[in-house]
Formats: sequence, C-alpha cells, structure tokens
Amino acid sequence: MTIENQVKQRRTQAGQTVLSVSDLHVTFPSEGGLVRAVRGLSFDLAAGETLGIVGESGSGKSVTSLAVMGLHPSTTRISGSIKLHGQELLGQTDSEMSQIRGRDLAMVFQDPLSALTPVYTIGDQIVEAIQAHYDIGKAKAWNRAVELLDLVGIPDPKTRVRSFPFEFSGGMRQRVMIAMAIANDPDVIIADEPTTALDVTIQAQVLEVLKTAQRETGAAVIMITHDLGVVANMSDRVIVMYAGRPVEAGSVDDIFYRPRMPYTIGLLGTVPRLDEANRGALPVLEGNPPTVVDLPAGCPFVPRCPIATEECSSVEPVLTDAGDPNHWVACHHLDEIKAKGLDHSVLFPAPELAERELAEIPRGERPVVLELRDLKRHFPLMKGAIYRRQIGTVYAVDGIDLDLRESETLGLVGESGCGKSTTLLEILNLGRPTTGTITVLGKDTSRLGRAERKKLRRDLQVVFQDPMASLDPRMPVFDIIAEPMSVHGYSKSEIEIRVRELLELVGLEPGHAERYPQHFSGGQRQRIGIARALSLEPKVMVLDEPVSALDVSIQAGVINLLEDLQGKLGLAYLFVAHDLAVIRHIADRVAVMYLGKIVEIGDVDEVYNDPKHPYTQALLSAIPIPDPKTERTRQRIVLSGDLPGPADPPSGCKFRTRCFRYATLGEGDRARCRDEVPQLTVHGADHRAACHFAD
Amino acid sequence: MLRYIGKRLLNYLVLLYVAVSLTWILAATQLNPRGLFALRQPPVPESTIDAQLSLYNLNDKVPLAERYWTWLVGVLQGNWGYSPLGVSVNDEISSRMWVSLRLLLIGTIIGIVVGVAIGAWTATRQYRISDRMLTFLSLLIISTPAFVIGHLTQIGATWFNNSTGTRTFEFIGESGDVGGYPLAWLVDRAQHLLLPTLVLIVLGAASMSRIQRNLMLDSLGADYVRTARAKGLPQRRAVMKHALRTALIPTGTYVAFSVATMFVGATFTERIFNFPGIGQYSIDTITYRDVNGVVAVTAFAGVCVLVGAVLSDILVAILDPRVRLQ
Repeated sequence: MTIENQVKQRRTQAGQTVLSVSDLHVTFPSEGGLVRAVRGLSFDLAAGETLGIVGESGSGKSVTSLAVMGLHPSTTRISGSIKLHGQELLGQTDSEMSQIRGRDLAMVFQDPLSALTPVYTIGDQIVEAIQAHYDIGKAKAWNRAVELLDLVGIPDPKTRVRSFPFEFSGGMRQRVMIAMAIANDPDVIIADEPTTALDVTIQAQVLEVLKTAQRETGAAVIMITHDLGVVANMSDRVIVMYAGRPVEAGSVDDIFYRPRMPYTIGLLGTVPRLDEANRGALPVLEGNPPTVVDLPAGCPFVPRCPIATEECSSVEPVLTDAGDPNHWVACHHLDEIKAKGLDHSVLFPAPELAERELAEIPRGERPVVLELRDLKRHFPLMKGAIYRRQIGTVYAVDGIDLDLRESETLGLVGESGCGKSTTLLEILNLGRPTTGTITVLGKDTSRLGRAERKKLRRDLQVVFQDPMASLDPRMPVFDIIAEPMSVHGYSKSEIEIRVRELLELVGLEPGHAERYPQHFSGGQRQRIGIARALSLEPKVMVLDEPVSALDVSIQAGVINLLEDLQGKLGLAYLFVAHDLAVIRHIADRVAVMYLGKIVEIGDVDEVYNDPKHPYTQALLSAIPIPDPKTERTRQRIVLSGDLPGPADPPSGCKFRTRCFRYATLGEGDRARCRDEVPQLTVHGADHRAACHFAD
Repeated sequence: MLRYIGKRLLNYLVLLYVAVSLTWILAATQLNPRGLFALRQPPVPESTIDAQLSLYNLNDKVPLAERYWTWLVGVLQGNWGYSPLGVSVNDEISSRMWVSLRLLLIGTIIGIVVGVAIGAWTATRQYRISDRMLTFLSLLIISTPAFVIGHLTQIGATWFNNSTGTRTFEFIGESGDVGGYPLAWLVDRAQHLLLPTLVLIVLGAASMSRIQRNLMLDSLGADYVRTARAKGLPQRRAVMKHALRTALIPTGTYVAFSVATMFVGATFTERIFNFPGIGQYSIDTITYRDVNGVVAVTAFAGVCVLVGAVLSDILVAILDPRVRLQ
C-alpha cells in the first residue's frame, strides 16, 4: 500500500476537528516547588487551520506543545483531555504514542542548529522518519526524502540528501526539519518558535515553506511564538497565554483589532511598529510576567493591570465570550473595557520622556563624536591544529564610512554575519584597524598612547545583548556599577553617591544595590548594564542588541529608558539590532550592512519609507508586521539562498547573488554588477544607497 | 590527509626524542648504579665495579655527554642497553610487554564495554534508585586504592577455594600446575587470569561509567534526541541510535588511549598478582637503579601514548563526520 492510501484511510474530512484539547493542566516539580505551567487550556483545531499561541517566556506555550506530543518528562503531571480524531491521547503508553508521533502529529522545533543529529546524513534522518511508520523499501524512502527536500526548497536535493547537518545553514536545516515533519503527511504540525533563531530574510523563507507544507498536507498548524508579526502573518485564530492561563482567544482580527483583555491590549500597544515613524514614547506594561510557582489567587495579571479591583485579586476570571461566540476573554472587567472601548493609550499611557534639546540644532552643526573612514577589519582564515597556515581571509568589515553626531542615534542593522558586531568591537577596541581610521571625539584611535586610550574609554561605553551573561553573578549590583569608577580613580564617597544616583536614573530602587544580579528580572538586569555603562558619564554609547534578549512586554520599558537618558544626558547612541522595528522607533539615522559593507544609509524615515537598495527592500519586506490586514495584502520579496560566506564574497556588488533586481537585468547591466563595486550615491537629503540600478 | 598525518608523526617523534633524552639525563645523574655494589660483602674492588659499569655504559666517571652519545648511538641501532647486572633491556621489554598485554587485553576491553553500558544506562535512569546505587558503587570503587581491591579479591578467592576445597582461583603468576588433560594449559592460564581480569574490569568499568554517564546525560538532553522522539521513535531506539551514538564520540578518544597504553601495564595489578609485566618492570628498574631500563620504559610508554593519540585521531574521524569531512 502506498503512503497516500494509508494516509487517506485515517484522514478525516477537511473542516472537521482534528485535534481537540480541553481543560489541559500541566504541572511539574521544580526546586522552587510545583510549577503549574498550563492551567485550563482548551481549543479545537480544524484541518488546514492555523492556530497561533502567543505568550512570553514562562507563559506555558512550549509546555503545551510537548504535552500534546507526549514528549514531556516523566515527572510531569497532565490532566484534562487531548483528542486526535476523537481518540484520547492522554494515558496512552509511550509505544502507542510513538506510532502517532511523526505520523499524525509532527513537530518543528526552535533551534534548527541542534535539532538534527550531527552524525547522520540529512537523508538518513528523513528516511528514518518515514520508516518509523511505513514499511516501504529503502530505495523508495530515499526517493521520497529527495522529493521532500525539493518541496521545502533545498537546491540540488539529489546531492544534498547525502549531506550532513553541519554542511547546511540554519535556514536550510529548518527546511529539513519541516521536510521531516511533513514526511508522513501529518494531520497536525506543531511549530514551536520555528523562526526565532533565524535571520529575518531566512524567517520569511521558512514561513513560506511552512505555508507550502501546510498546503501540501492539509494539516492543521499550531504556531507557537512570541512574535506578534509572525502571528498576524500566519494565524487564522489566536490564543494569548499569560502565566499558564489562556487569557484571550479569538480570530486573528478579533485579537489584533478588538483586544479586550488588558494584557493583550498592552502587549499589542508596546510593540514598536516597522510601518510607523516614532510617535513618542512607547506605552509600557510595567512589571514582569509572574513565575508560575506558588501563584497567588486571582488573576495573575493583577500586579501589572491598571484597572484591577479587589475581585481580581481573589477570583481568577474564566474565559467568557466577548459578545462574539468565537472571541473569549478572561477578565472581570470585560464589559467595562468593551463599553468604554478602552485601548492601550488609556490603559497604558506612554510615559513622559526628557526632550532632546540638542536635537533642535540642525544635525550638521552638532559636533561629530564618532567617525569611521573606510574601516576594514580582515581576519586570516587559519587551518590546522599544529601546523597552522592561512588559507584565506575573512572580510568581516570591508570598508565602511559612518559618522555619529552628538545626541543622535544611529542604527546599524543587518543579518548575522554582516559585520555589525565586528564593527562594534573595532570601535570599542580603540586600536588600529586593518585599514582606515576610527575617530572618537576628534581623536584618531590608532595614534593613542596607553594613558590616552584609557582616558578615552570613559567617553565610550557599551551595553551588551545578554543581560544574564554580561553581569558577574557573584558581584552585588553596587560593585558592578562601581567597578568602572574605581578603575578610573573616583573616590569612595563619590562612588557611593553616584551608584545610588545611577540606580535611580535607570528606574531601579537605590536600596537594592546590595542585591545580586540573579535577584533581578531580565529587563532590570539590562537596566543595571545601562547604569554601569553610564557610570563614567560617557558621550557615546554603543548598544549591542540591548533589547533582543528581553520579553516583548519588557522591551518597551528599556527602549523608553534609553530615549529618556538620551534626552537628559545628550548621549549619542550607536545602536546595533536585527529588529528593524526597534531601530525605526529609536534611531534617527540607519545604516544597513551586508557582507561587511554599508549598502544603504540615511535618515530613518527616508530609508524605511523609500528604500533604494534591493537588500533593504527585501529586509523590510521580510519582517512580518503585527497587523493581520496589512499582512494579508503585503507582497513579500523573498530572497533566495543564504548569506554567502564573508571569506569568499562575490565580486563586484556583494549582494548580486541573492538580488532579485539582478535577475531581471540584461547581460550588459549584469556585467556591471559583477565587475564594478557600487559606491554609495545620493538619493535624498540624507539618504545614500550603493546600487548601480537604484532608481 | 597522509601528508598531514606524516607531519603530525614527525612532530611527535621530535617530542618523544626530547622527552626520552631528558629522562635519560635525569636517570643517569640521579639513579647512581654504583651504589648497587657499595654494600656487597665482601667489598668489590673499585676497578671491578668500574669495569662492569663501563661495560654497560653506566660509569659515572665517564663524562655525561660521552655516555649520552654512546647510549644514543646504541638506541639508534636498536639496542636500549643493559641493566647494571647485564640483563638486556630489549629482551625484558619484548617479553614483558606481551605479559602485560595478555593480562590487560580482556580486562580493559570488557571494562570499557561494561563501563559504557552502565554509564549509558544509568544516565537514562538519572536520579532513580538504580542510578544512585550504581553511582555510589562506582565512586566507592574509584576511591578505593587498587591494591586494596586486589587484596580483597584475593582474600575472597582464598576463602572460596578453601570452603569449596577446589583451586578455582589461581592468583600467583601467569601459570602454575598444568594438568594432563587436553588444553590444560589454556585452562590453567584462564584460571590465573580470572581474578586480575575481574579487578581490571571492576576498576575500568567504574571510572568509564562515570565518564560515559556524563557524556550520555549531555546528549540525552540534546534537541536531536527530542527530534528523534518527535519522529515517532520509541524511547529505547531514540536513545540507542541518536543519544548513545553521539555520546560515543568522546569515548573514542579515551578508548584509543587505553588500548595503546595497555602495553605499559597496570602496575598495581601486576604486582599484586605477580605478573612480570611492564608495570612491574618500571618499579623494578627504579629500585635496582637500572638507568637504561627506566629510560626504555619511559620511551615505550611515550610511544604507546603517541600511538594512542594517532589512533584517537583516526577513531574520532571515523565516528564523527564533522571531523572527517572538514
């Protein structure tokens, strides 16, 4: 019997419910006590439908996916009901579940780099997925593997099927994971943050592949993510989870245009938008998501809710329908919110931020604080353990020019491997680059002596991406913030006063100075990192992805803080991020990097509204916007392929191998892209792009 | 690839030459073979001692550099010299290495296999009673000195022999009374091997199981095992095929070294069970101020370690496609 026939035998008709979860509770023990990770989740899933489950870390969304798959640890207690085609899955033995897993229920995990076994070929692993369920011959299974790789868009699948995972990029590996998930034509595909670890242009590709896979198999998809843009792009229906509880459920339009639960309202309001210019401070959802150990009675959102009453702290609200049988909200104040039409501007008003006085002065008249001229950083590519030899050069940063003026923010964006981190490190190093010059506050860094360099470091400080890793866990916060000052010879009494000032400045309790980093949440830790960077009163701050490790509802607070500090202290920011929406909100100017080169630079609004370089266009188009209607009508430019290695960049224009415009050019024009390196040319008052054919 | 291995070997040879030369200098200046004759009764005349020492290139009255040159020329011709009493070092090593190998081959290999199995199994049962018991047991064995375990098993074996009135366990030397029946020599050898092999298995398995348990725990928690489970593989198959297979890569290095260093012997086990192997020889050469013997044992151990390094490179390349293909 062929796979198709076997599949048809068990497949129910489209439109009917394939998966039905009701009153799911998941509890597991931890050192702190019982973790009630999911409390009372119910949903029905129809064939071909996509359900988005949205929530921040600790909301219980990933635990749910493992519970449905039956892949939770054995200490986990699950109650409620999970029915697939009416068949109860809870209580099945592991061998019974093994027959269902991978055949009817398939899963795509978050991190494609570690999700494939490194020692087996891609083909072996896909074939294994097929043969685990269907007794078809080896040759047939291998043919099917090649077909699947072709379907998910792996070029040259016949050869690549024999490759090992390490020979594939992250995006390609995620395609393989999808191929494996759809190998047996599943009824339900659970995708748990499938694109979180990927770059935006790769994310766009993978989401397209997921849609193709869904079309081919007719499967229902559960899309678990924290990215509201991805939800708007992919889902038909959405469940918002908070502290293990579903707090709002409805169609994607209900959730995005008529949110009723204050948490949903706040979450949607705090996200900076790619398609909107900065309109002042972001609304802030104060506080942090609660830990789900020892939850107090009542609604878990109470500590952060502006309209909480006594009833909210004593009785946990249940999901009730919000006037529409498909829209469910868990809030005691549903009627009030609906009647008054409360939205985030009312519930979570944006705070007042300090005005940037210097911003009134035209940019050209403000002093330049940081200048890069033809900056290059090349690394030798070495091989061999004992006899090391150079086999090539990595062109990490390959000639960039930038200038940053007082009291402004320059965003540096690009995908991983484009050289933005190397650029930062070169600047922070205050040394001599491979070629070119770095000028900080008028001083050429390659000519500095030791003492001068140390002195200059005071004016140039950094905030790192990971607030967990960048604070020494064995130092109290006071010592962390005081350390730069003692290195630079501040007196003890001075430090004492300043640390308290700084804590207050970044919105932390000065009384908490004796606590250790582990006592603070991610957002608070990032504030500590900012306080440390500010301790020496720098003029330039380098921010390396300062909000990307934070939960969505926490990001806004840190972004507001950075803007506020800029207004108060007249700081200049060099802000590196991969999240283009954050850059649009916070930056005055933006520089887009590709393979060590700046391909487009200029005023944020000019670049975002009218991108000239095809890479910028693709990048902006790849990012999903948290607005379902916009998402439905958007035409995406999906770039083909992956970023070429910086050790062997293409000649001429480095982007041409992935450029959609290049593909439409005549042979003469193509030759120009191949042979001639495009220079930045002027396209507006403050807008330059490096493309031969940017019209 | 061949050129790479060739270069690596050349590098190892230089390293070995330096190490062995330093050992020779240390042994030649510190061991003082002349002292062997000092307490003889009646006293040996100095001229006789000089003659005997000079004969074996051990005379401290000859300049160090000259002795070193003589030694080096000998080594390059394949002669590692003689003990102060005139026993050929070459003969000793060549017979003893096989004794060590016979003693250790079975014990080491079974020890590794048992250790890997126990380690992998306990990892899948982390924090359960079986895991805790085996963890306790292996830590107990690791922290007990080898000679204590050796003697304890001997006491147990003696008790067993006495209470059953048989001579099931033999534990002195490699062979004893050989019976008259066919293949009696084999049975005799096996009887003598039984107890030391048991000790080696227990010691090897105890430490290997700790290493393997940790490696296995890492790979059990790996995402790809979860992927394998999500594909529909039952727990057992996912663990065997995906977790164990990757957890064996680092083990390959360890195995390569233990197989190569097997020739060097297990000093305590050899001593307790009186197997005249290399391990015992290394102690004896120091005790009897046998400069050439000490140097030869060092060189031999060095060669074994280097062979182990090459073996582990090859083994890891076989086990890990990432190494093989890059």
